[in-house]
Amino acid sequence: MEGLKAVLVDPFADMVAAPDFLLQVLWEGLVSGVLYALIALGFVLIFRSSRIFNFAQGIMVVFAALTLVGLHSAGLPAWIAFAGTLLVMFLLAVVIERVVLRPLVGQPDIILFMATIGVTLFLVGGGELIFGGENKVMISDALGMPSGAFEFAPWGGFLLLEARDVTVVVGAVAMVVALLAFLGFSKMGRAIRALGDDHTAALSVGISLSTIWVLVWFLAGIIALMTGIAWGSRAGVSFALQVIALKALPVLMLGGLESITGAIVGGLMIGILEKVFEIYWGQPLLGGSTEAWFAYVLALLVLLFRPQGLFGEKIIERV
Amino acid sequence: MLYRTSGQFKTTYRSDQALFPIRQDAFLLGIILLFAWVILPASASSFAFQTLLIPVLIYALAATGLNVLTGYAGQLSLGTGAFMGVGAYACYKLITLFPELNLIVAVLLSGLFSAGAGVLFGLPSLRIKGFYLAIATLAAQFFLVWLFEKWGWLYNYNASGAIQVPNVSMFGIWVAGPQATDRAQYFFVLALVTVLTMVTINLTRGNLGRSWKAVRDMDIAAELIGINLLKAKLQAFAVSSYLVGVAGALFVFFWRGAAEPNLFNIDLSFRVLFIAIIGGLGSVLGNWLGAILIVALPVVLNTAPHWVGLDISSSTVEHVNVMIVGALIVFFLIVEPHGLARLWALIREKLIHWPFPY
Repeated sequence: MEGLKAVLVDPFADMVAAPDFLLQVLWEGLVSGVLYALIALGFVLIFRSSRIFNFAQGIMVVFAALTLVGLHSAGLPAWIAFAGTLLVMFLLAVVIERVVLRPLVGQPDIILFMATIGVTLFLVGGGELIFGGENKVMISDALGMPSGAFEFAPWGGFLLLEARDVTVVVGAVAMVVALLAFLGFSKMGRAIRALGDDHTAALSVGISLSTIWVLVWFLAGIIALMTGIAWGSRAGVSFALQVIALKALPVLMLGGLESITGAIVGGLMIGILEKVFEIYWGQPLLGGSTEAWFAYVLALLVLLFRPQGLFGEKIIERV
Repeated sequence: MLYRTSGQFKTTYRSDQALFPIRQDAFLLGIILLFAWVILPASASSFAFQTLLIPVLIYALAATGLNVLTGYAGQLSLGTGAFMGVGAYACYKLITLFPELNLIVAVLLSGLFSAGAGVLFGLPSLRIKGFYLAIATLAAQFFLVWLFEKWGWLYNYNASGAIQVPNVSMFGIWVAGPQATDRAQYFFVLALVTVLTMVTINLTRGNLGRSWKAVRDMDIAAELIGINLLKAKLQAFAVSSYLVGVAGALFVFFWRGAAEPNLFNIDLSFRVLFIAIIGGLGSVLGNWLGAILIVALPVVLNTAPHWVGLDISSSTVEHVNVMIVGALIVFFLIVEPHGLARLWALIREKLIHWPFPY
């Protein structure tokens, strides 16, 4: 009885007793959820157009952020460094398409997945070799991101929103809108969607596979750079960032591998729920750091009821 | 010439399906076993035992376990590291709770615990397929490592949170712990791995193995010809996790000597997956080739600059190593997506005809 009360009643009593704290927790969860969603978005873009499960998305985030910081510390102004990083990500996309993907066209999914893990290791080693392994400070001020914080007092309590987090959320929303507009209304974007719907049909109307792959990896690179700036401004730039790539996996599974909506909804859901679970259940009852596994277990439970994820394409099996 | 098969007639179906239908294969294996059992242990240095021989054996066993699941039954697993952890912690608890227990029995029993964990996390495999299934094993990976850290009973509540292998003797010889000699550890591991590999080879050749392959190739079709999917998949999870668990127990007791939860993190899972894939999915030989490559590569790369006379700082070497391993993985996947085992099969095919073109 006592145990049941601690699990089912006490956490909600805590929430009601301190609504301002609950809001703070939700906000924190929302911000990390936005970042998960961004990474998952990079995954989905690549998966839709090439069925490649791109494990390297996480290290691309680190690599983009490191390049940006590295170029800036070499004396370049922030905006030129930003453009330079975009160029580097474009070259990376071209090289990956040419060297890794093209020879592996048509191989089973798991082989391509392993190849992206190989790319990950290569970038980890290369990044540490060029930029060094230590933690770096993101150049948020030079990029013109506001600092400071907004304070609110809901229900006579206290709620603190970091200006940087607000920028991150607004920036992410703007980017997602831009991306959806690009996919929906531009010629290239339609080609990407066509390739996602039906490979053969897309090829037969003259869509170039390799152009689209480079484009998609470049888009993923841009998203990686944005994610790197956003996450780096909160926690600094280091190789520890890679672990958030692993967090993107349950986000994807939860949302469905093919769905952009799924990536966003899944990211926000996991960000918020894992924070709430950690604060109200994990720390008092389970000894903390439940964030390490909560996302995976949640995704697993959802998949048991919807094997294709919340927004995935229905799996039709034929013999 | 060397591999000529002429004159070796098979008169029964049984002899055609034997483990070594070609005499030279059996001969080759005999030589390898001679090396493994006599020549290498007699000549190896402590360094060779600790950095090459013992890890190759253990990783090969772990990869064999994973290969049963991923290569034979077609279920992707990213949780190998955690299942190795289950085996290691179970063995540690068994040895500390029952100090008089024979170590062989303890190691073999600890595999059962990890088999149980494997079956539990394998249950969703009936509904979730392909990449989506990776999430079930990832959940196992992160949850179990978290559990190793938080559940004090597992490491006997010691302050460091790590497990330390005690001295264990068998028949008057120290086989595990700080007192044990490299050679005793090597023979213990070699014996167990040899036996388990033989069992696995025969499992995959038999009824069970054929039902796994049917499930891998197309599970609905397998169901239609009368294979119980739930049973076949769970058997694959159980056998696979058993082997992986035993490998985990050996990993800590005969190689590392101590372990903290982070040792079993996702990097270990990926390393074993590399071995299985580079070696060749659906092949027992491949695990050995892959394990030799992945274990020996860093050792070679670390010592290579000294031979050439280059003086590079060790951290640079470390980073370059990671890059080279990554590049090699991509390289091998492009050259032969079916792994080193397929490469050997092609070479063997050529050898049979050599020196004639056809």
